[in-house]
This record gives sequence, structure tokens and C-alpha cells, in this order.
Amino acid sequence: MTSTLPAATSPAPQDPPGLVVPEGHVKLTIDGVELTAPKGELLIRSAERIGTAIPRFCDHPLLEPVGACRQCLVEVEMGGRPMPKPQAACTQTVADGMVVRTQLTSPVAEKAQRSNLEFLLLNHPLDCPVCDKGGECPLQNQVMANGSGHSRMVDTKRTFTKPLAISTQILLDRERCVLCQRCTRFSDQIAGDRFIDLLERGSSQQIGIATDQPFQSYFSGNTIQICPVGALTSAAYRFRSRPFDLVSTPGVCEHCAGGCAIRVDWRRGEVTRRMAADDPQVNEEWNCDKGRFAFTYVGLDDRLTKPLVRNADGVLAEASWTEAMSAAAAGLATARDSAGVGVLTGGRLTVTDAYAYAKFARLALRTNDIDFRTRAGSAEEDTFLARHVVGNTPETGGVTYTDLEQAKTILLVGLEPEEEAGILFLRLRKSWRQHGSRIYSVGAVKTRGLTKLGGILVPAVPGAEPGVVAGLADSPVGEGLRAAHAVLLVGERAAEVPGLLTAAAQLAESTGARIAWVPRRAGDRGAVEAGALGSLLPGGRPVDGPAARAEVEKSWGASVPDRPGRNTGEILAAAAAGELAGLVVAGVSIEDLPDPTAAAKALAGVGFLVSLEIRRSAVTDLADVVFPVAASVEKDGAYRNWEGRDRPYDATITGKGTLADARVLDTLGVEMDVDLYTQTVKAATADLQRLGAFTGPRPTLAEVPDRPTRPAVEEPRGFLLATWRMNLDGGSLQDGEPYLAGTARAEVARISAVAAAALDLTDGSSVTVSTARGALTLPVEISPVADEVVWLPGRVAGASLASTIGAGHGDRVHLAAATTKGGS
Amino acid sequence: MAMSDESPTPAAAAVAPLTPVLTRRWASPRSWTIGTYEQLDGYTALKSVLGGPSPANPDQLIELMKNSGLRGRGGAGFPTGLKWSFLPQGDGKPHYLVVNADEGEPGTCKDIPLMMADPHSLIEGCIITSYAIRAPFCAIYVRGEAIHALRRLTVAVNEAKAKGYLGKNILGSGFDLEIVVHAGAGAYICGEETALLDSLEGRRGQPRLKPPFPAVAGLYACPTVVNNVETICSVPPIVLGGAEWYRSLGTEKSPGPKIYSLSGHVTRPGQYEAPMGTTLRQLIEMAGGMQGGIPLKFFTPGGSSTPIFTPEHLDVPLSFDDVAAAGSMLGTTALMCFNETVSVPWAVWKWLEFYKHESCGKCTPCREGTGWLVQILRRVVTGEGTMADLDTLADAASNIAGRSFCALGDAAATPILSSFKYFRSDFEDLVTGRTAPVVSTHDLVGAH
Repeated sequence: MTSTLPAATSPAPQDPPGLVVPEGHVKLTIDGVELTAPKGELLIRSAERIGTAIPRFCDHPLLEPVGACRQCLVEVEMGGRPMPKPQAACTQTVADGMVVRTQLTSPVAEKAQRSNLEFLLLNHPLDCPVCDKGGECPLQNQVMANGSGHSRMVDTKRTFTKPLAISTQILLDRERCVLCQRCTRFSDQIAGDRFIDLLERGSSQQIGIATDQPFQSYFSGNTIQICPVGALTSAAYRFRSRPFDLVSTPGVCEHCAGGCAIRVDWRRGEVTRRMAADDPQVNEEWNCDKGRFAFTYVGLDDRLTKPLVRNADGVLAEASWTEAMSAAAAGLATARDSAGVGVLTGGRLTVTDAYAYAKFARLALRTNDIDFRTRAGSAEEDTFLARHVVGNTPETGGVTYTDLEQAKTILLVGLEPEEEAGILFLRLRKSWRQHGSRIYSVGAVKTRGLTKLGGILVPAVPGAEPGVVAGLADSPVGEGLRAAHAVLLVGERAAEVPGLLTAAAQLAESTGARIAWVPRRAGDRGAVEAGALGSLLPGGRPVDGPAARAEVEKSWGASVPDRPGRNTGEILAAAAAGELAGLVVAGVSIEDLPDPTAAAKALAGVGFLVSLEIRRSAVTDLADVVFPVAASVEKDGAYRNWEGRDRPYDATITGKGTLADARVLDTLGVEMDVDLYTQTVKAATADLQRLGAFTGPRPTLAEVPDRPTRPAVEEPRGFLLATWRMNLDGGSLQDGEPYLAGTARAEVARISAVAAAALDLTDGSSVTVSTARGALTLPVEISPVADEVVWLPGRVAGASLASTIGAGHGDRVHLAAATTKGGS
Repeated sequence: MAMSDESPTPAAAAVAPLTPVLTRRWASPRSWTIGTYEQLDGYTALKSVLGGPSPANPDQLIELMKNSGLRGRGGAGFPTGLKWSFLPQGDGKPHYLVVNADEGEPGTCKDIPLMMADPHSLIEGCIITSYAIRAPFCAIYVRGEAIHALRRLTVAVNEAKAKGYLGKNILGSGFDLEIVVHAGAGAYICGEETALLDSLEGRRGQPRLKPPFPAVAGLYACPTVVNNVETICSVPPIVLGGAEWYRSLGTEKSPGPKIYSLSGHVTRPGQYEAPMGTTLRQLIEMAGGMQGGIPLKFFTPGGSSTPIFTPEHLDVPLSFDDVAAAGSMLGTTALMCFNETVSVPWAVWKWLEFYKHESCGKCTPCREGTGWLVQILRRVVTGEGTMADLDTLADAASNIAGRSFCALGDAAATPILSSFKYFRSDFEDLVTGRTAPVVSTHDLVGAH
């Protein structure tokens, strides 16, 4: 690496081979083994590389060293002189010529480690038989391997009240704690949520929380996983099983577009817990609490297990698959042949499932009326997706997590990472903390999440973002974006503001910054790739491009409709107006839609409604045929995360007899005389891969985008509403997990101090937010927002703003101090 | 015990001299006021540094300290001038001086009397030191319990400010300095310099990982000098008297005068300022001999954290190197003298109670070990110990020493290890019942 070898190498091999020390490396000896190590490497890591595990508790490769537990003491010799005391291998960095003796060769190190274990056990309770950690406990393992079978401690052990709930989800057992500070360091360094810290001192030292502030972090579950003892346990999992009775299966999280690798632990056909799996390129070793704890929705009482068909009496009754298939096929064929059928897929599907819907719509229903979005969509977004998103993957040079970590400037548009993409948030924080990136965010509120990214707010009131983004080109932000390693991250919410996606794309193009799109749901990106969109066929082929269409037709051996399809809002409007005779709906909550009232009316009024769902919902209640489908954990598949990275996984829970959407559609297709070839994930993937990515020209950005689909709200004056969905907000995939729900952020309305004073409101007092469609009341939190802006969480008391006040981002709402009786 | 051959010390004289340098103003009326201080050479060193037509060269001041051979008075004896020279210059970061006035080592009583009797000497030292290391800000971290010293120091800072010795453009030199007198909250660990810095920053006082050392990343991650009160107070006399004069006192490797704190069973306990290298025999003589003529049994040369000495060490010159050569540490020259009526296990137990109470909790050996040692010692002093307990004590103490994160763990193990070296039989006698329990179990109720 440092220099090229002379061309004429000696015929005899170099003997002894001798260690080549690359540039920036040093040579050292550990237990008699010579090795090289990069400068600055910690001894404990160097030892790992030669297969020597030095025991440790506080050390964690992703946390800054602390040297607190003293379990990893080794003997070190420098320049022929032994250091007077054993050194902690987790804090001692390598040096040239260093000679290290671990417990394997040094009696001093061995005794230091053995006696340290004795110290740790002095006050440790003999809880192992009832401890959640028993069987997978680093302390237990250490003691079993290297500890003494006999205790010299005959005095009274230290006791604490236990467990202590430090949040609704996390329970703390201070007796078991070895005070390694992994949890506090994680919360401080990785998550930025310093809600837990050391309290007291000496042998009274303990982990704790402030009296008035629980451990309200979206990432708190990670502390359980990295706790080297059973001090931190989860309320949900406590006493539920023993690790050695569980089967661990790798999986991929279904909750957001992050694509976290997870480990699913299960037994007897039921998931007992989920952990973060180690994937350095994506989630490192972390995940968010939603990804960790929200899995109980699969087994709730409203789970659908059998097909339902609306009978002659208009009652939805259980039916056989055959019966349901023929009813659905007949109904859909009739609807298709009258006014046509539209498809709404919801955005939670795997790539192959989305592909099945895309193909089913084109071939069986002969329409392009398919949309994966449950939110506002627009032609502008379609163009943006086709130009800047579809087909971009890590392989083709798309923006990756690693790129973000190395980035110098990052601009966020319409994206609140902590709430909308948890693991992305952690990586952005790492980028700022470890690599000093500058993070800017265009928005109305300087959130705590942005503060935790060291971020700078580029203020823009709702609706004004396009102008603000356009103006950034000639600002310090633009300068940063023009430099190397600059990334623009655009959230899916950008589509809510007409012109914003275009402005962002233009800024990226004019500055040369790379751009990536971050949707909110796990299936969104895959749906774009698979063609679950009115304007795009699989592989990003434009419907209105004859050559692109021909490619698809050739591969599918069937003709594809040439009229671009309608988006979600238009499909629902068409259904309500009788311009569509049928709908196929998968995984859509009515209240997630921009206009739930109209949507419910459309679904109720449409001639024929087929629903594919895992649980009963407002949609299944209105359907003519309901097919139960497999939940994420019950099927094979893949999510495409925001990077465009394929995240394949195999089914964890099998044998329940549930079928994936693609399988159901495949059979339904046969029933309608169409072959989808999506019966298995393998077949569907092959079918999709045969198509490949579109290589033709991408569309250009329109100058004047059209308005997104949201009904106008008749509120001439008042506050501009800024809003987004929170990480934990009672969404349907969080059902059945009350401990997790308890760690959700308080629902508040954020207004400026000036606005509060004008309305005679104080911090914490109740405000009623109203429109012509409705009102809701919640506490005020005085925040640094523009005086004409009010920020609300996307859902309040379990209901979306669209369903309660019929308003969304950028709409005008009215504010008033709540009367004592509260809002309407 | 042989004297160091290379350095004939003043202590070799038959009558030990008192050398009041740091303590010379202590007996003057209202010595703590700026008026008295100025009458007795106060701020003349500062004026010689900053008051001339062109201020002194800071590097020359650092050189002066190096030449004087002044070694840190906080216990470790690190060369002061060398420490100052470690600060990177021209690095664009602010530099800080932090004075460690968290005097808490059992037996140590020099910094608080110094601050009470002569606070301005500390302030003058701070100004000169800050100027030398180019620090615009100095914090004096005073032990929380020493409210009296804190108040006196605060008043003195205000007096100095009013006179133009502090603040903007001191004595027309263009040098600015603010001094903040900060009260700790009474934690022994905050005398450890990195824990002190964390505490000063408003964090939990626990020692930091080193490196980086404070000279590179100290207060607010900026280059920082942390010095003991007595060290800084030595600066003005050195500036006035010169390095050669300073070296004329004390031993070659430990020059200068030193405030020895004598406590325990001596006739007149107190602070005795004498040249480095003075022996305890000489100091006891100055203090009027042992109380009631009862012979000395053991003593600490530098506080409870230093291995104990016995009468055979009475003639060890009390300098950094001589004490180290004899197997202990000079520490803070806190000479706790115990006569033959004192039970060694009792004293060790009391010390261990202190270390258990003061362990910060950061690392395992100190946090868990001190608590365990105390539990065992309580049984030993109440006559309920076993011989196995004594082995456990010795082994556990050796498992703490050198294994803890900071020196506090070493310090906690020291009383046990050193007392076992000389007085193990005293412990055994308690176990076997040869001597009666020194404490009744009743007395231990609620002990902490």
C-alpha cells in the first residue's frame, strides 16, 4: 500500500514473512502474536481481530469509551518498560512496539479480571432464574466462564426497590445494574435523549431519571438490548419467556422506510419480542421503539382469518376461498366492463405485493388507476418520482446512509427525521456529532429533533417553502450544497406544498447536490419501483411513453392501457361520482386519506369493493369481498427502503395459512383469466427483474405544478397549519402495545409567545383549533414558530387532523382559548 | 535513614528553621485585606510583571518557574513550569487557569488557612500565572464546605478588581483577566483535577478519561492549567526572589518552602512552613513534642492516601523523592501523628469509611470494593472478624489498588495495605480477642 515493491522480486520467498505495516498503522504484539493495527485503535478491538475476546461490560464499539467497568484490564509494556498498572483495553490505544498480555498469558490480567467479577457480584442479586436476561446475559456468561463458584461476600447486599418504571416501557432494576453507563451513553451520544443519568455516588450510585421527566425517548429500547445485565427490561416482555426457548429469525422492520434489520424472537407461532439486528450499512445496531415493540397488532381479536363475502342479505359473512374468489372475480369483471375499477394499495406492501397489484390493475382490470399513496399526491410528485427517485439504488449511485454520515452539508425539506424516519435520524446525528456535517431544515418549527442534529432551521411558513427553497441557491446553504458531499433529503410531505418538490429538485440540479426522497412507509418506495402508480409502470417506465409501455407489454405478453391513471384523490372522487364502478383496496385506513369523509362516502357508494386486509377496518366493513392476507411477519418478501436498497426477508411465522397479497391476486387473476406469475415471491421477483430498470429518458420537471388533492377549507383568516405525523401516534400498527403508547410525545399545539399573548394563552393552557369542519382542543406549548403559524401533531387523540378538522399542512385554522367545557 | 548525598539541605541543621514565605503575612493584623497585603510587598510581583513600560514576556515567566524547580503542591509534585509549558500556544482556543482549592484530603489543612489569612497572595499568583499561560479567565474551585474561605476570597477578588489588578487592561498592560470563585458541593473526588473540571462545567463530578490531558482539553475542552492553591501562592515570591533564591530552600529535587500540616497527638498542631526535606522529628520538635510525652506509633506523611510511616521513618526528609524512596508519598504533607494509644485497625476503619463515602461510583473496584472493605472492617473492629477476613481485606485491597479508574481507588486501598505491612498483628489481636473490640456494635448503628 505504501510503496510498490521492486519489480525484480527475489526468487526465494521472504523468510520470515515479516509483517508489512501499512501507512497509518502500528505494529504490536498481543499474547505473543504480532499484528498491525490502525493508529488510534483500541486494544480491545485489536485483540478481537486476532480472535482474543477480552471480557468487557462498558465497552461498546458504537459508544465512546468510558473505562468504567474495569473488566478488560490487561498488562501493557511500552518500549520494553511495563506500565506500572494494568490498563483497560477498552480505553488504551495501540502504539508501535507495544507488548500486550491479556488474561490468556498474564496472571496479573487474569487476576484483575477475576477479582473485578468478584466486585461486580458482591451486591448482584441471585436473580438469574427469574431474570429476563438469564441465558443471554454477558455478566452471567462471564461468571460461568471465568468466575469463582464461591463468594467471599458474607455481609449484607445492597438492595433497591425494584423494578422501577423509568417510562411506561422501560423497567429499571438497580440491584442488577453494573453501572457500565452503556444506557446513559447511548441516550446521550446516539439518541440525544439524555433522560437517564447517574444519580448519587459511590455504592449508592444508580441510574435514574429526573422526578418530572420519564425516559421519553423513541430509541429507549436499545438500552435494554445493550444492557450487559438484566437491569433494563421491557414492560412488554418482562417474564414472558426465556431466551433459550425462543427461535430467532432475521427480519426487516415494516414500520417505516428506514429498512432496519431486525431479529424476531418467537415461539409457538407467536412473536415474543423483536431486537435490532446488526447491519452496519443501514441501522448499525439500533432501531426505534416502534420497530422494536410494535408487533402485537398481528394477533389482535380483529384479525381476519377467513374470506368474507357480502351475501344476498347485505351481510358480510365468512366464505370459502373459492366462493370469495369467484365472487370477487365476477364483481370486478362486471365493474371493469362498466365504468372501470381503481386500485389503492396503501404503501405498506412488499415489493412483490405492490408489483402484483400493479400488474393486476393493468392486466386484470385493464387500467392505470392505481396509487400507493394514502396522502396528497400530484402530477408534480409523479414527475419528481420518475425523474429523481425511481431506479436510484446504492448500486446505481443513489444516496445511502453512509453517504449521509460522510456528507458535509445536508438540507432537509419536508422531513422531520426523528418523527418520520427514526434510524435516519440517528445516522444524521452521527453525521453531525462525528463528522461535523451541517444540517439545515426548511420548515416552520425548530424542533427538538432538529436541535439534536445540531441543525439550523431555515424558516418557512407553510405554503411558502417553495420560494424559500428556491432562494437558498444564493445563500450559505446553497454554497454548502455546491461543495462536495452535499445531500438534499426530501420528505414525502413536500408533495403537500405545490411547487416544493420542483423547487427542491431545481435546487439540487443547480447546486449539484445529490437528492434523495424519504417516504414514510416501508412499502412506498417499493410501490414506486413496482409501478403501483398511475403514471409509472414497473421499473419506472412512464405510462405515456410508447417505447416504455412496449417493453412492459413484451415482457408481460399482454397489452397495457395507455391512458395515465388517476391518483388516490382522483380515484376516490371518480368512485364517488360513479365514474368508477369498483375499487380494490389494500391496507388503507380511511382516516389517513386527505379527505376521510369523502373517502368513506366514495367507498360506501362504489358499486363493487374488494378489500385485502389483515384486520377488520372501516374499509373491510364496507367491502363486498374481503380477503384476509398475511402480515409482514408471516410472509416472505422485501421492502425497498428510502435508499432504494432491497431489504429481503423470509417469513418468520409460518403455518398460519395466511397468504400474501401477491398470492391472492395471482389466484384472483387466474379467476379473471389473467396470469400474473406472482404466486410466490421468487416467481414475482423474477418476473419483475426480467423487466429491469427503465433506461429511457426521464421526464423533465414541470415549471407550474398543479395543486395537490386536498379540499379547500373555508377559513379566510387565521393561523397557518404546520403538521406532520409523529413517530408514535396510535397508528393501527401500534395497536395492542399500551407500554409503547405510553412513551408517545404529549400532544400539544405549538404557537409563538406573541400569538399566545394575543390569544390570552399561556404555556400549558388549552387552545381550541377549529375550521368549518370541526374543532379540537389541546394544550399550548409556546415554541419558536412564526407568529401566524400553529403546529399540530398529525393525529390528536388517535384521530387524524383530516378526520377531525379537515385540515392539513398549509391550511388556515382558527385558534381560540378553550372554553371551560372544551371544544366541540 | 540516610540523607540524600547530593543535596545538603537546610533541614540538616540541628535546629530546624521556620521559613515563612507563604505564611509570612499570616500573623499580621487583618492580613486578608488588600491594604495589609500591599504594605507587605503585596502585588509588587504583579507590578514587576505587568506594571513596567513593557510587560514581561510570558515565556520568560514559564522559564522562571522551570528554573525555580517549583513542584505542584497538590500532592503529585509535578514540575509547575513544565505543566505550564505544555499548553499549546497560538492554537486559537482560549486558555484557562483553574485553581484546585478543593482541599479535602484527610489531615490536610494548608490551602484553607492560606486562603483565609492571605487570599490576595493567591489572587496575585493567579494573575501572574494566567498572564504566563495567556489565560483570560481563571476559576478558583473552592471546596463547598469552606464557605468562610469562599467568602474571604470573593471579597478579596472584589478588592483586587476595584484596585485595577483584575478586569480589563490590568496595570495598563493590555492584559485582561476575570477570576471566578466557584463553590464545589463537597465531594472529595472533585479534588481530582478532571472531576473538578467536569464539576466546574456543571456536570457530575467524576474523573475523565486521560488522554486528553487538561493541558490539551481541559475546561470546556480548551487548554487548561490546573494548579493547587499553595503552588499558585508560591508564584509571587518566586517572581520577587528569583529562581536561585527559591532553590536555596529545600532539597535539590524538591526546592522551596512547604507548609506542613501537623495534626494528631502533637502538643501544638498546626501549619509549619519549613523547607522541603524537613523531617518529622524536626517538625514534632517545633510543635512542642508529642502530646503528654506518649510516643508516636504511626503517621501519614501526606494525608490518609499515603502509606503510613512508623517511628523508624522519623528522620526521612519530607521531600517528594525522599518520601517516595522510603515507600510512601509526600502527598499534601498532611502529617497525622498517632500515638501509642491509637488502635491501627480503628484508624484504618475510619479512613475506609471516608473512602467509601467519597467513592464517586464510576468504576467497579472502588465503588464495590470500598463498600466491601468497610463491611469487613466493621466486623473486625467490633471483634467479630475472622482470620479469613484479614486475608480477604488484604486481597481485596490489592485488587482495588492499581485497578481503579483514578487514584482514589489506590488511596482507599493504601491504609489497609500499608497498615498490614507494619501492624497486621494489631488486626489479628482483634480477631483472636487478644485485644478488646475498639468499637461496640451498638456504636455502629447508622454508621456511614
